[in-house]
Amino acid sequence: MDILRFATAGSVDDGKSTLIGRLLFDSKAIFEDQLEAVERTSRDRGTEYTDLSLLTDGLRAEREQGITIDVAYRYFATPKRKFIIADTPGHIQYTRNMVTGASTADLAIILIDARKGVLEQSRRHAFLTTLLRVPHLVLAVNKMDLVDYSEERFNEIHEEFTAFASKLNAPDLTFIPISALNGDNVVTRSENMSWYDGTSLLHHLENVHIASDRNLVDVRFPVQYVIRPQRATDHAFHDYRGYAGQVAGGVLKPGDEVVHLPSGLSTKIASIDTFDGPVAEAYPPMSVTLRLEDDIDISRGDMICRPNNQPAAAQELEAMICWMADGVKLAPRSKLMIKHTTRTARALVRDLHYRLDVNTLHRDESAQSLGLNEIGRVSLRITQPLFVDDYARNRLTGGFILVDEATNGTVGAGMIVEARG
Amino acid sequence: MLQADYTTSQLDVLEAEAIHIMREVAAEFERPCLLFSGGKDSIVMLRIAQKAFWPAPIPFPLMHVDTGHNFSEVIDFRDRRVAELGARLVVASVQDSIDAGRVVEETGRRASRNRLQTTTLLDAIEEHEFDAVFGGARRDEEKARAKERVFSFRDDFGQWDPKNQRPELWNLYNAKIRKGEHIRVFPLSNWTELDIWDYIRREEIEIPSIYYAHKRAVFERDGMLLADEDVVNRGDDEPVFEAVVRYRTVGDMTCTGAVQSAAATVEEIIAEIAATRITERGATRADDRTSEAAMEDRKREGYF
Repeated sequence: MDILRFATAGSVDDGKSTLIGRLLFDSKAIFEDQLEAVERTSRDRGTEYTDLSLLTDGLRAEREQGITIDVAYRYFATPKRKFIIADTPGHIQYTRNMVTGASTADLAIILIDARKGVLEQSRRHAFLTTLLRVPHLVLAVNKMDLVDYSEERFNEIHEEFTAFASKLNAPDLTFIPISALNGDNVVTRSENMSWYDGTSLLHHLENVHIASDRNLVDVRFPVQYVIRPQRATDHAFHDYRGYAGQVAGGVLKPGDEVVHLPSGLSTKIASIDTFDGPVAEAYPPMSVTLRLEDDIDISRGDMICRPNNQPAAAQELEAMICWMADGVKLAPRSKLMIKHTTRTARALVRDLHYRLDVNTLHRDESAQSLGLNEIGRVSLRITQPLFVDDYARNRLTGGFILVDEATNGTVGAGMIVEARG
Repeated sequence: MLQADYTTSQLDVLEAEAIHIMREVAAEFERPCLLFSGGKDSIVMLRIAQKAFWPAPIPFPLMHVDTGHNFSEVIDFRDRRVAELGARLVVASVQDSIDAGRVVEETGRRASRNRLQTTTLLDAIEEHEFDAVFGGARRDEEKARAKERVFSFRDDFGQWDPKNQRPELWNLYNAKIRKGEHIRVFPLSNWTELDIWDYIRREEIEIPSIYYAHKRAVFERDGMLLADEDVVNRGDDEPVFEAVVRYRTVGDMTCTGAVQSAAATVEEIIAEIAATRITERGATRADDRTSEAAMEDRKREGYF
């Protein structure tokens, strides 16, 4: 059994909570005491139906205001897969939450109300999903019961969205007509839409192929921690020196020739160690410890890769930034901390090329700064080289966060589009 | 070409993620510690710590906030496990906090030291200058926890501000703090109760005996079975009876209920949990029943 992480975007009006509630309920991930608590609260508030959003809106402020503020993580499993849902609020003032939820997602579900069709917010959700390179996108056209399960209406939305998505470089795109309320095409195929020859939503989630979404080609091993068991009781480990980390790309094997960055020195992998014994190969997302044949001075923040396939060692970066700070803005000359893989450095914003309107995709080249939830393209200068790939090629070596040096807050998320030494 | 066997099982993914989190903490903080109660989640967390730094020993101490009302089987287990690992254990005692006048013991039938633990915990973090504290909390446990970050920032009062959390993207964790502040780190955030048990089975990890079915003198309160022990204030209208029970969670005797169960092996426990319709905290924790936001309120104050 593997794990599928998916993000959901939409508002309560789109029936997102109803959909999640149904997936959880039908997979028995909602328990009786949780359901009773939700029913009790719904009743106390005078709501006529059981408001399943109360299951995910866990904070007092959310329940008081009846809105989702933050990303909520929910879990369920079927015999085929374990699922992690990053449930994100859909409103524009919560763009940073959606970006956060999408950053680790294998798949995103965008909900569209069949009566309303493709709205501004649907386009925004689709754009953010593709910006974050979520590999699979599902357009769940909901409330089909309210348009008499009309094939014609579904096709209209299908065409309109497909035309828009072609501008986005959208990945694998699947359209499913559903009624979350009645359960049509959610868990089982609906009898109300015989014209639809695809699968149910859950069937799609269970079977969508995600193993090849990881980058298994470019070997990238950011060194996270050096293991030197100096006070080991076992003498066999006295001279042990291992480089621990999580594989960010490619497949590593003992005997492989590798290059250490920044030194550029070559050596071979002597062994790939784990607590449970050495392994024959390591690939994402395994956390392992490498031992190398030669003594090279290696520390946290360094990178191990293959001689003929190296990331750029870049001090100049072009990146798309989603700004996440309240109050302080990003502008040329801003100085920030940057954390990329296991390396932390300082970054100077050299230029803001444009701010992107996330609804229309219009580029405003006269923009002077980025405020909360705004997205733009910037040039950064870094105090020391980072070992980077384009975000489109590898999400783990192409993404970074920006940290405010005064407040220590995480204020930005970046996706590298171009790197120069 | 690449074969389909590059898929990774859910437990391997969760384990790799947790190891990555632990190594980030060891690399970025000066004085981390790991909260170890002898409960199943902290036992799994300890195994992950062993794996993350092998063959080196775990590079930080363990800490237990001892209410003095813990099950003796669990304390015995704790001490044995610590000795086996050669780890350093810091015990922060609620009794000491009471004796020092830092907190006042609750009175009455429902008296519990559960809430007092927060002061003891925060005092110990300050005394030992811990800057990162590993906790075994999971997001599936409770709805306030479902919104908490893996690296959860606490100000210099130890408080959690749920509306002002640091965004967390990819596998990049922000470890920056000022002196006096700390980060609570939850490496098992994405695990469910069933994942924990599947992992205990796969790794053949020993757990305290009270997780398995045993005979115990209990009484009923609010639909929960509480142990008939000196520290639990039982009323005359709460008759004692013997039952075959086990614990789904391990906490303070005064607020942790047992469930009637005949499950005597990990396999039987897994089968039971897979079929249950009540959450583990709902079934067994009086501390979460006081209000809709009981956990959120305690967490804001600095609770686990």
